[in-house]
Amino acid sequence: MEFLCEPRQSLLECLRDVIGLTGTKEGCNDGNCGACTVLMDGRIVNSCLVLGVEAQGAQITTVEGIARGNQLHPVQQAFLQNAALQCGFCTPGFIVAAKALLDQEPAPSEERIRLWLANNLCRCTGYDKIVRAVEQAAQELREVKA
Amino acid sequence: MKWFDYAAPASLDETVKLLAQHPGALLLAGGTDLLVQLRAGKKQTDLVVDVKHIPELNALHHDPAKGLTLGAAVPCYRIYGDGAVQSAFPALAEVAGIIGGTQIQGRASIGGNLCNAAPSADSIPLLIALGAVCRVAGPSGTREVAVEDFCTAPGRNVLGPGELLVSIQLPPGPARSGARYLRFIPRNEMDIAVAGAGVSVVLEDGVFRSARIALAAVAPTPLFVREAGEALAGQPVTPEAISAAAEIARGAARPITDMRGTADYRRHLCSVLTRRALETAVQRAREAR
Amino acid sequence: MSTAEMTVVGTRPIRHDGADKVTGRALYGADVQMAGLLHGAVLRSPHAHARILRIDTSKAEALEGVLAVVTGADFPDSPERLVDLGEGDTPLSYIRGNVLARGKTLYKGHAVAAVAATSAHVAEDALDLIEVDYEVLPCVLTAPEAMREDAPILHEDLVTKEFGEKTGRVSNVAEHFRYSMGDLEKGFAEADVIVEREFHTATVHQGYIEPQNATALWNNDGRVLIWCSTQGAFTVRDTVACMLDLPVSQVRVTPMEIGGGFGGKIPVYLEPVAALLSRKSGRPVKLVMSRREVFEGTGPTPGSYIKVKMGARRDGRITAAQGYLAYEAGAYPGAMVGPGAMCIFAAYDLANVVIDGFDVVVNKPSTAAYRAPGATNAAFAAESVVDELAEKLGLDPLELRLRNAAKEGTRRADGPKYRRIGCVEVIQAMRNHPHYKAPLPGPNRGRGVAIGFWFNVGLPSSCSLSVNADGTVNLVEGSTDIGGTRTSVAMQAAEVLGIPAESVRPTVVDTDSVGYTAVTGGSRVTFATGWAAYEAAQDVLRQMKERAAKLWETDAAAVEVSRGVFRAGERSMTFQELAARLGETGGPVVGRGAVNPRGVGGSFSGAIADVEVDPETGKVTVLRFTSVQDVGRAIHPAYVEGQMQGGSVQGIGWALNEEYYMSADGAMLNSSLLDYRMPTSLDLPMIDTAIVEVPNPGHPFGVRGVGEANIVPPPAALANAIYRAAGVRMDRLPMNPPAIMEAIWKQRD
Repeated sequence: MEFLCEPRQSLLECLRDVIGLTGTKEGCNDGNCGACTVLMDGRIVNSCLVLGVEAQGAQITTVEGIARGNQLHPVQQAFLQNAALQCGFCTPGFIVAAKALLDQEPAPSEERIRLWLANNLCRCTGYDKIVRAVEQAAQELREVKA
Repeated sequence: MKWFDYAAPASLDETVKLLAQHPGALLLAGGTDLLVQLRAGKKQTDLVVDVKHIPELNALHHDPAKGLTLGAAVPCYRIYGDGAVQSAFPALAEVAGIIGGTQIQGRASIGGNLCNAAPSADSIPLLIALGAVCRVAGPSGTREVAVEDFCTAPGRNVLGPGELLVSIQLPPGPARSGARYLRFIPRNEMDIAVAGAGVSVVLEDGVFRSARIALAAVAPTPLFVREAGEALAGQPVTPEAISAAAEIARGAARPITDMRGTADYRRHLCSVLTRRALETAVQRAREAR
Repeated sequence: MSTAEMTVVGTRPIRHDGADKVTGRALYGADVQMAGLLHGAVLRSPHAHARILRIDTSKAEALEGVLAVVTGADFPDSPERLVDLGEGDTPLSYIRGNVLARGKTLYKGHAVAAVAATSAHVAEDALDLIEVDYEVLPCVLTAPEAMREDAPILHEDLVTKEFGEKTGRVSNVAEHFRYSMGDLEKGFAEADVIVEREFHTATVHQGYIEPQNATALWNNDGRVLIWCSTQGAFTVRDTVACMLDLPVSQVRVTPMEIGGGFGGKIPVYLEPVAALLSRKSGRPVKLVMSRREVFEGTGPTPGSYIKVKMGARRDGRITAAQGYLAYEAGAYPGAMVGPGAMCIFAAYDLANVVIDGFDVVVNKPSTAAYRAPGATNAAFAAESVVDELAEKLGLDPLELRLRNAAKEGTRRADGPKYRRIGCVEVIQAMRNHPHYKAPLPGPNRGRGVAIGFWFNVGLPSSCSLSVNADGTVNLVEGSTDIGGTRTSVAMQAAEVLGIPAESVRPTVVDTDSVGYTAVTGGSRVTFATGWAAYEAAQDVLRQMKERAAKLWETDAAAVEVSRGVFRAGERSMTFQELAARLGETGGPVVGRGAVNPRGVGGSFSGAIADVEVDPETGKVTVLRFTSVQDVGRAIHPAYVEGQMQGGSVQGIGWALNEEYYMSADGAMLNSSLLDYRMPTSLDLPMIDTAIVEVPNPGHPFGVRGVGEANIVPPPAALANAIYRAAGVRMDRLPMNPPAIMEAIWKQRD
């Protein structure tokens, strides 16, 4: 996909204002809340701290790209089943971050999940159900592979 | 943010030429400090020069004889994900994993952390303890700077006009050496260090052969407390020796009071963190081949 | 009916807006896009207290891409009057003043001017071109300082009200009130043990992840259309209409999805500014706050100074309680000190009580509600003192509370007598919980408990239900959904109708499309909007009974309905079957409910916290945490648990690390999420929950409301745990590592 932007526009701005993908959110614009998390060449990054121009040639996945057509990804399903969202604003960032974790580590411990997600702030849930959702998704993904 | 232009040179030569033409240009590696500063108006520039396409700045290789070559733009996730770093420089892998959180580590580099020259930078005390040397390129060619001389004031480094940090060289750790960086933060992640201690020790027959100790966030620059390490040389590896070194470190600290901590509290932390870091470094040295 | 006999209430369906929220499709305020949209930015005062001498916007107006600039002078010219927007009488100038300052700026971050431009970057550039001359005045930052004789005065027209009467004295104390009952002196005389302590709490912010936003279009037909993230679309409508001197019908507010509020998105900040910019530019204008603006330009919760004195007999009966609460209102009066005073001793059955409350203005952002506003500060103080009393009496902390627990018929010092409440049940649930009985071995570890109360509110809500031919039902309501309430409301309708929760399609709509509905706050949505849905569903059943009667050629009185099945004699029909036949029996069936319920039931909550304190650094690790709450009835237990966990974690952050770190000249130095330290996932254990259900006799399903009471006890529980772990009683919030270290050092000396 191609887009035009000013050098000073962050990847987050480009996604939301130039391309029109508003699923990725701005919470702080300085890398502290993770609401703007996207996958960039397989790594999760805060898109508020990436310039749009730096995305040249990169593979970017946003929350809009996590589901397969109208099949929700197991992480998304698990969030719904575990009531792991309340206002839902931080949820896109968490979904992308959690998916990235499970892509590379099929059986993370609770401690590992919490460490991985420490750059994603949630103010509504207290994280309990989010961690449980990720554990459930991990288990389901392992069962699918088995 | 104010308007700026963007360039992404593909070679070191090209970069040096570009910087010579644009004296006010700022260098962009991970962007996790620079973009925040540009947005807040703390830094201004007409040109952002992206150094991530320069091969030398992306190098990450380990040679048992020469040690570790760490390109200035290598992001943290590559550092802690590298098998050679994990086994030869575990403390460095650890440090790469505490700068910010996962997303920050997806972009931020230790070279950038060094060049940003915050007194509280998490990577610098360990680099000092490990005796790292910086390779700098500029209009007059390349030169080397000991990492403890790299930062000159809060947010200022030794780079002259048109210069850039190319890579950091970590000498191979001698046998029976161990290192550790320990910081204090009020939460468990995502905070700037209130104080930090980076230490490296070399042991021999139950005695400290040598040690290097450096502190974060208690002086205008990361603080190499030469005397603390020298005081350990020749000392038996005992809690008393370790405590004595920790007290010297505490005495050298010149902290301020700010929103992250009071001066008294930071001084106190220096001694606690230095002691705890030394204890871990000693344990690692004993377990090392 | 117990939950066990219900088919929908008490179950855990997937929330109706789930797919949208996990795919990023749900639209929040900043996601609004429309043709011709301009972007706005707000210029804010750099001074904590200053007179505005001159504003020159000409250079900003001349910048290419800028289409409008406004200041406080752009509000209509209306005479000063008192307006009541739900918080009691307030001068119109105060309401407008906080949105765009006139004459004076009263805090760093106070909005002074705003621009609309073709891009957010141009708007930001334009701000630098607005020239403002200030005369800087001395500032005052805490309640005790602001209450002194020689304190700088914020409002020359603020006359102190004392015990309900205007005193004629201008000061920073907007109001001093007192609640009292019994004979305090006699009560203390009877006491064998008395504890008296002083406490300070710092200003903290609600910390919602989504910054405030508003898009406004002053349309060609004179109507002002607003899209924003708010806890109360009707509140926005009424406030904007008031500020712009428009009839409410001229303003339509469409609530977008909202990314957290906790009380902080009840006040209005950007909507009137966006409207003024739209009128001037002729285009729709969007304003979104930066995180820094959220900290410096919205409504944190009051910092406070609280004194508590309590006395008890050897047998554990508390004989007297006295409270002094001085809360910082911020720049304008209205600190939630009243609710704090209502709740401070609310968990106890006391005969002799005096509570003095002070609403004090200071040069900080004008405070707003934060989840059980005022009660958390108060509980930190009172529950620490109760803990100390228990220690001095040699009683288990829960036992002391049980011996004095409020019950049905207990009178509070502020007047009301409790109806059926669950204070005893909550304390017993805490005592019986595995957490309370679990051993806690190891040095530097301790367990603390605390309880708290929130009265919850009723307030008006409206709802309409229309039946679809396939047996599903469309539910239209006006309560913005912050925590899953569209589903808890839909579930109550579904329960009445006897259909699955999934067969109800709830939508939250704009102020043109539904009857008046008060804010999403006060733990009221599941209670009141749920009740409106209940009424609407009953209305639907009444109408459908008539339709069945028509089909069966009998009287409506002969038709019964139960669990979604209509019966008359031998004949029966399901809701779904009947729904298919509405067309032939008379046309659409639309039910309505409009309520302003009186039967509000308060909620008690308790917290059990295990901590470990590092004696060399003062750092606290929360090892285990349990939240207990009487919710009356848990409509959707998973979201009820979620509220308890969320409030607990906010309480933990409030207790351990969050604060506005102020410079001496009134600047917040840590206005970013880096240094305003909210808990991350790595800072917490799992949060266990125990839902207690003492049904509220005032609600058809027994609902009390869950949102707020759970944030009240955590700071006190943690303080009490820290005492047992480290031997120090903390009297200040936050109990951050340096503060605990200082306390440990002080004690050693």
